[in-house]
Amino acid sequence: MRDFDYIRPSTISDAIAAAAEPGSAYLAGGTNLLDLMKGGVASPERIVDITRLPELNRIERLADGGLRIGALVRNADLAHDEAFAKAYPAVAEALLSGASAQLRNAATVGGNLLQRTRCSYFYDTASACNRREPGSGCDALGGENRLHAVLGWSEACIATHPSDFCVPLVALDAVVEIEGREGRRHVTLEEFHRLPGDAPQRENALEAGDLIVAVRLPAEAASFAGNARYLKVRERTSYAFAVVSAAAALIVDGGKIRAARLALGGVAAKPWRARSAEAVLLGAEANEATFASAADAALADATPSGDNAFKIELARRIVVRALMSAQAGTPARMPALPASPFFSLPGARHDA
Amino acid sequence: MTNLPLSLTINGHRHDLEVDPRVTLLDLLRERLELTGTKKGCDRGQCGACTVLVDGKRINSCLALAVSHDGADVLTIEGVAHGHDLHPVQAAFIAHDGFQCGFCTPGQIMSTLGLIAEGQAGDDPERIREGMSGNLCRCAAYGGIIEAVLEARENLARNNSEKTERRTAA
Repeated sequence: MRDFDYIRPSTISDAIAAAAEPGSAYLAGGTNLLDLMKGGVASPERIVDITRLPELNRIERLADGGLRIGALVRNADLAHDEAFAKAYPAVAEALLSGASAQLRNAATVGGNLLQRTRCSYFYDTASACNRREPGSGCDALGGENRLHAVLGWSEACIATHPSDFCVPLVALDAVVEIEGREGRRHVTLEEFHRLPGDAPQRENALEAGDLIVAVRLPAEAASFAGNARYLKVRERTSYAFAVVSAAAALIVDGGKIRAARLALGGVAAKPWRARSAEAVLLGAEANEATFASAADAALADATPSGDNAFKIELARRIVVRALMSAQAGTPARMPALPASPFFSLPGARHDA
Repeated sequence: MTNLPLSLTINGHRHDLEVDPRVTLLDLLRERLELTGTKKGCDRGQCGACTVLVDGKRINSCLALAVSHDGADVLTIEGVAHGHDLHPVQAAFIAHDGFQCGFCTPGQIMSTLGLIAEGQAGDDPERIREGMSGNLCRCAAYGGIIEAVLEARENLARNNSEKTERRTAA
């Protein structure tokens, strides 16, 4: 690990001023940053430890019925908060499907939004990677890329965003609260992460010094609590990143879909809000045929980036299954293996 | 880089130290304090061999900068037994042949303590498998570990209720 200066500011404004200096990096849970530093992928000259900043580790109910989650709330604490899990079950399920208990105890809400891609070429400093080293090329193109993006990718980068948490969040219109040198501003999570285009190194809407202070869920997000699921297919049943995942939330009234939210993970450089699929769902009969049409719409623009054409069909099927699971209703209790499709439908439980 | 002051309570003893900011909690425990029960496996947060409890919660000590944990209360495998009396989790691991080689076992024990403290060691073996999935090992002791977690959880719950009864009686 390269040498660095370490500072632990006690106010947000001091933290922002320090982090605005070139070569700075914020440290919260550290579960991704230290890993990157050990591999030589990141080598900040200055670590700004924000773990002692006041008031960033609270979960607050807002007067308008929305929820404000401080950026330093730990993933495990949020997922196990009973009121949170009841109101936003798909978000809790996504959190518990990610990483391991040890990592979830350390990782934070803000850090989760900022975790870097798990593309193996990004991690391998001997490989060309436009995201790690702009202009160096992309060894994933034409390389081992069965897990890479099928939506929104460019010739410069075919990496995916690894977060589970962000997938239901983007479906539920989450908003990122950012404090910067110019004050505080709000950016929707949908706009927060960027597609790679010709500048994949610019991954999100943050400017130098900008600090994520909270993530907000609007009041409406809780109205989906009874019919919301997150499903994730991975190469092991636990402790693995998504090959493909989907968050689905429905409000069904007299057999017709009155409101629908859908987002996909593992398919693009950002959590992918499937608005074209939502348009298909809205007002339609809630049945498998409708869900299949929605899945076709969600993947209509998908193109393989190499060996990953299977992900397009896999994503279609996971979208259908997530929507069917959402329609069937949120499980009364968190499944033993959160987000596993084996638990998604009655009769499909593999411990039954 | 100059060393920075750091104060930690480890297994009940306070340590006032000065450390290079690059030092992880894992390396501090092993290399500086000679608490070598905590193991360095992958050193990248993937295997769980470095699991310790910080303020009662299990984390991967390899992905924790020591200086960032100034003031923390750390429990390592060395602090689990009471003298020659094994902790119920350790006893249950022996009883159910949940021991692997010495490399993975300390992390598995610490992770079990964390799992039980988090209230996530339900009676469903799938839940325990998921809860312990951050600790990897190829020694095929997983079956014994599940039995050990179940028994340790019950024994700890019984001990706690007996303590409560004693307090109530007194």
